[in-house]
Amino acid sequence: MEDIIVLTLHRAMVAGTPLLLATTGEVICERSGILNLGIEGVMAIGAVVAFIVTMTTGQPWLGVLAAIAAGMAISIIHAFASVTLQANQVVSGLALTMLGLGLSGMLGKPYVGKPLAIKMEDLSIPWLSDIPWLGKILFIQSPFFYLAIVLAFVSWFFLERTRLGIQIRSTGENPKAAETQGVNVFRLRYLSVIIGGGFSALAGAHLSISYSKSWIEGMTAGRGWIAIALTIFALWNPGRAIWAAFLFGGFFVVQYLLQPLGISPSFLAMLPYVATLFILLLISLKDPRKLNAPAMLAEPYKRGER
Amino acid sequence: MIKIKTTDRYNITRLRSFMTNIASLLAALVVISIIFLVAGVNPIFAISEIFSGSFGSFYGIKETITKAIPLILIGTGLTLAFRAKFWNIGAEGQMLMGAIFATWTGLTFGEALPSYIIVPLIFLAGFIGGAFWGIIPAILKIKYSINEVISTLMLNYICAEFLTMLIVGPWKGKARFGFPGTNNLPDSAILGLIPGSRIHYATLILALICAIVLCVVIYKTRFGYEARVVGENPDAGKYAGINFLKTGLILMAISGGLAGFASVGEVAGIHHYLGYPASISSGYGFTAIIVAWLAKLNPLYTVISGIFFAGILVGGDAIQISLGLPAATVEIVNGTLLVFLIMGDYFLNHKVTFQFSNK
Repeated sequence: MEDIIVLTLHRAMVAGTPLLLATTGEVICERSGILNLGIEGVMAIGAVVAFIVTMTTGQPWLGVLAAIAAGMAISIIHAFASVTLQANQVVSGLALTMLGLGLSGMLGKPYVGKPLAIKMEDLSIPWLSDIPWLGKILFIQSPFFYLAIVLAFVSWFFLERTRLGIQIRSTGENPKAAETQGVNVFRLRYLSVIIGGGFSALAGAHLSISYSKSWIEGMTAGRGWIAIALTIFALWNPGRAIWAAFLFGGFFVVQYLLQPLGISPSFLAMLPYVATLFILLLISLKDPRKLNAPAMLAEPYKRGER
Repeated sequence: MIKIKTTDRYNITRLRSFMTNIASLLAALVVISIIFLVAGVNPIFAISEIFSGSFGSFYGIKETITKAIPLILIGTGLTLAFRAKFWNIGAEGQMLMGAIFATWTGLTFGEALPSYIIVPLIFLAGFIGGAFWGIIPAILKIKYSINEVISTLMLNYICAEFLTMLIVGPWKGKARFGFPGTNNLPDSAILGLIPGSRIHYATLILALICAIVLCVVIYKTRFGYEARVVGENPDAGKYAGINFLKTGLILMAISGGLAGFASVGEVAGIHHYLGYPASISSGYGFTAIIVAWLAKLNPLYTVISGIFFAGILVGGDAIQISLGLPAATVEIVNGTLLVFLIMGDYFLNHKVTFQFSNK
């Protein structure tokens, strides 16, 4: 029994890791007022680039860096369209998802089905990993897991406590006022979109060089979209995103656990999505103000208007 | 030093709008060519292959029209939703729910009823299914302020899993010999085809009628006007006493219902049974978003843009086979086109001039 519980919780952490990374990135992006629906595509780019670079150089960390760089680079498309051109962010984000999925499929074609010889090894933290139960669940994990948690805390601190973070939030709430205070709304929105892209790509890298150690087309399997839901679920707070992401990781794992009991796998696969809607509904019923997105989310900002 | 100056453009002629679209498509073509070149494929060959695969032969044209039917239907519905700034990206799920309703109706009543009753009935069932799945996000948005982008997306996944659950479980047909899928619809429920093609003409005619009717609805009726006000100036709409819930429900029922119509064509016209979600819709719900966008949210133009993107789908299949490109190639083409279309919109709405000064 202990084994099953420990294994389940351990896997929930693994499944939650890419969700947490992508959600943290999207929180930063949306806090600046830009909705980025391109996560799924950027994640796919991150996954394929990390895989290719790791395979050819034998250096997983180099793969991670390359993935982040690629994710940031492709996100510039969305930043340019939504910030400079004031385009519709829903459409532009969808375009980014299509491009990302398409390009990753093309780049990764020669690598489909090839196993990775050197992958990102799990890290066991001395002392802490010896704690019964908790040690095995939390302290023998892939480096991405620790990174995701640290980055979520750092992002929380960044958004809530630093000058730049507060400026980013102000561009999402009231860009006009921010600009009169001398904040460069355009620059900060570009920055936030690009940081968000880096996070998404990192999530993709986790999938291809740590989680599954191989590349197949479409391996992101909707995780990017879940991250967008999680951003709302976490009410635009990276700290809350930690709980949210691992809870959802749990939903994924429970599917496999309940399957032998004769419960339809499709029914279980439905659960994370039903839960998202249900919980959003609960939040809305309890305190609708909590669902308040950044006031200017998805609204293009036009300099010097009015 | 060069200074870029932009000013708003107020009088946008139809010609300018059309020319901007063409320029955007051409610019996208250049970028797509570069991507092909980098991937080691001769771009001129690849692009000509796409268009000769879809429009270059009689067979290609027939396939293109077959694929255009769902794109026109869904795209038309989306123009209405998008005009009200209701970002319905759940047409995929609405289509599947329509398919579930239509299949149930066909299997349950098909044997007993003649064609001229059962066919309209399954279209009605498909519409109701799609509309049902469309009004859920409308209620969630208007009553509970839950973002429709999220809810429609979640509902896509929920419906796909639900459908899979049905076809591997209670609805699994004996005629499938253990494979997932329902039994075939009775003959009376199956749509007629134009001989020698897969074009189910009833749905094609319906798609054209819907495009025309919706055009009238959007531009000539009070409801269409209200839908546009809800999108463009919700504050004014509130003062004018527009009932947001009612308008939202109706427009999402229509948008989802048209996706339901599309599913009837796929199930009763092409497959004749309900199979895996990916076999009923290979991403039509998402491609239709670009169709609506290229049509500048005018239902009539979705007929043209629907055929255009159907051509890319058919041509994309052709180059997968002839050039050995991955299935995702079509996504690159679509994504690039969409990026350039939104860029084109900027130049349509703004006058951009370069000023040279001697500084």
